[in-house]
Amino acid sequence: MSASVEKSMLIADLQHQILQWQGFKQIEKKDYDVGLGELEKAFPGHVFPVGTLHEFMSENNEEDAASSGFIAALLSFLIQKGGVGLWISSSSQLFAPSIKLFGVDPDRIIFVQMEKHKDILWALEEGLKCEGIRVVIAEVQDIDFVQSRRLQLAVEKSKVTGFVLRLKPRFLGTTICAARWHIRSLPSHVQGDMPGVGFPEWEVELLKVRNGSPSRWQVGWRQNQLQAKRLTLSSDPIYHAKRKVG
Amino acid sequence: MVKRYAVLWLPFLLTDWYTKHNPQLADIPVVFAMPVRGRMCVTAVNPSAAQYGVTPNMVVADARAAIPQLEVLQDKPLRKERLLKSMGLWCMRYTPMVSVDTAGYLILDITGCAHLWGGEETYLQEIHLQLKQRGYEVRIGIASTIGAAWAIARYGQHGTIIRDNAQQEILSIMPIACLRLESDLLERLKKLGFRTVASVMQIPPQVLKRRFGEDLIKRVRQALGKEEEFIAPLKPVIPYAERLPCLEPIKTAKGIEMAIEKLLDMLCKRLIGEGKGLRKAKLSCYRVDGKVKYIEIGTNRASAHVKHLAGLFKQKIPTIAPGWGIEVFVLEAPKVEDAVPVQELLWSGEGSLDNDALAELLDRFKGRDVTCRINRFLPDEHYWPERSIKLAGCLTEKRTTAWRTDRPRPTRLLDPPHPIEVSAPIPDYPPMLFRYKEKVHLIKKADGPERIEREWWIEQGEHRDYYYVEDDKGRRYWLFRLGHYQGDRSSNWYLHGFFA
Repeated sequence: MSASVEKSMLIADLQHQILQWQGFKQIEKKDYDVGLGELEKAFPGHVFPVGTLHEFMSENNEEDAASSGFIAALLSFLIQKGGVGLWISSSSQLFAPSIKLFGVDPDRIIFVQMEKHKDILWALEEGLKCEGIRVVIAEVQDIDFVQSRRLQLAVEKSKVTGFVLRLKPRFLGTTICAARWHIRSLPSHVQGDMPGVGFPEWEVELLKVRNGSPSRWQVGWRQNQLQAKRLTLSSDPIYHAKRKVG
Repeated sequence: MVKRYAVLWLPFLLTDWYTKHNPQLADIPVVFAMPVRGRMCVTAVNPSAAQYGVTPNMVVADARAAIPQLEVLQDKPLRKERLLKSMGLWCMRYTPMVSVDTAGYLILDITGCAHLWGGEETYLQEIHLQLKQRGYEVRIGIASTIGAAWAIARYGQHGTIIRDNAQQEILSIMPIACLRLESDLLERLKKLGFRTVASVMQIPPQVLKRRFGEDLIKRVRQALGKEEEFIAPLKPVIPYAERLPCLEPIKTAKGIEMAIEKLLDMLCKRLIGEGKGLRKAKLSCYRVDGKVKYIEIGTNRASAHVKHLAGLFKQKIPTIAPGWGIEVFVLEAPKVEDAVPVQELLWSGEGSLDNDALAELLDRFKGRDVTCRINRFLPDEHYWPERSIKLAGCLTEKRTTAWRTDRPRPTRLLDPPHPIEVSAPIPDYPPMLFRYKEKVHLIKKADGPERIEREWWIEQGEHRDYYYVEDDKGRRYWLFRLGHYQGDRSSNWYLHGFFA
């Protein structure tokens, strides 16, 4: 028994050393609690990385909504201690009162609507450089490696968290984002045989994660809390099939 | 806007000032005197001396003959003028435009000021009361022209307010002296039997002009408001503008940047001193070839931060074509507001919307893309989904009502709603399936209906019956039927949003 504990400790220590060789700084558990529970285990050091970039893939309007909801749920934990969020988009589709259902005060989010893709990326970068902001969310179609690296340089200095919601991406190049998510709706959670639509439920897939392990969960939003249940990695997710070079 | 003027006449200015400092002289006749052409002449009298008929310009010997116990004080040149000017500066609290008449009157341009004191009557009483408490006797007249206000203050009943366009009838019964004429002209008019203003107004202007010159006509016209009269304010209103001439024409972007920084330095120094910040600024570049180039910036809240403003201008510098060079830069701030004093936050919690970094970031967004929309939403008390939010006026505006969470609202809303085809067999039940973008969605779970009425006082139309539905793949939608269910014809159904 003690041998197995010793073994697991040794493995953890070795993993820690590998991470350090890779230039990955150990993140301390800070005062924020993302409340992801099960989800955090996929990340290095079992800590949800803030002060970095996350990428959310979305194929259609329904997935846009699911991703927005999940982002809002993350946002509620990130700005629970105060702070401002910036939501940059080319449309005005996001309905502000709805994010209150995920525990975010909509009046603490500033919505910026810009026409051009280039301007949105510029605004995202400027927002990420600004220390008066906690989180910046941008809805863009595509982002390439060089652009994502610029954003990464910006967040490294300011420690602002960036969420890039990619609507109908045309290609899936490599980006420097710490995590790439894909969120789909699942049938809602209803207790017993109750009629009506229940609590929202999603299939959350972590397609890529830097220094971590990709995973898949069933996540529900109940009583202002994310509740995750691990699923096996799907054999044929569209994003594994669609991956192209460049 | 109709111009309104108040004229203040302080008949005993000098003696009132003196008795304020020497109260023992309050009840005895006092005059000020100064030598004029070798004789001592009275320059100012107090009320009790005036009772005995002593007037300014009288020789002191005559005054002494009238009142043996007269107290004669030595006057100094320009004392009265200085006193009047300080009174004028004191009056700046009532209006920014105060002018001093050489004859010893204060002219106040009160256009748009009186309502702050609750109307012209209370405004007038306030000035009168304040001056009286300070020991000054004052007569005030308010009218739409300086001439009419002067006439009332000097010859009319104290506290008269002439309404707009009523100058003519009130002035016509006033004595001719109320027209502010030269003394010899006045003398001639009196000799010829002109007693009132009406008697002058009856004569055709050409005749008057021939006999009495241009001045009389001008004064009458000014008093009646037919000719404009200007006053020279004691403290001119300086526009928020700075000018930078260059020795050599400037052609480079770096040079323009330096010029902007220098101008902003000068302007912001003044703005900070006055506790203000600019909301809009315009830079005019006067080129050697006579052309003028402009760039403009705007800020989300009043700012006097040189570095930030220079950054905003810097975004626009590439749009300036310097040609052969720019010789003069003029920076103007057409819109200036009171700035919130800069205060270091000890902790940043809820109030972190109120930080400079954020406001400056949003300014940069607006600077780069003028058409970009920066919105902050607050809840509004409407059930109609499109009207349930309103735009916040500023970054720090507080919400007046709570955000509602008792009803399901979609994460993403389609604007306008998208028409769909449904099959709904039973009235007031959610549809069985609907077709959206050539795809059929089978509905498994549903909530509703939630009926939302159009607010009849805002717009006319049919109500909406909303259903929160989930299809077989777990995707959630917000559908509504416009109006009531009608058996004989199909209803209009729409998709209005997507739930998370």
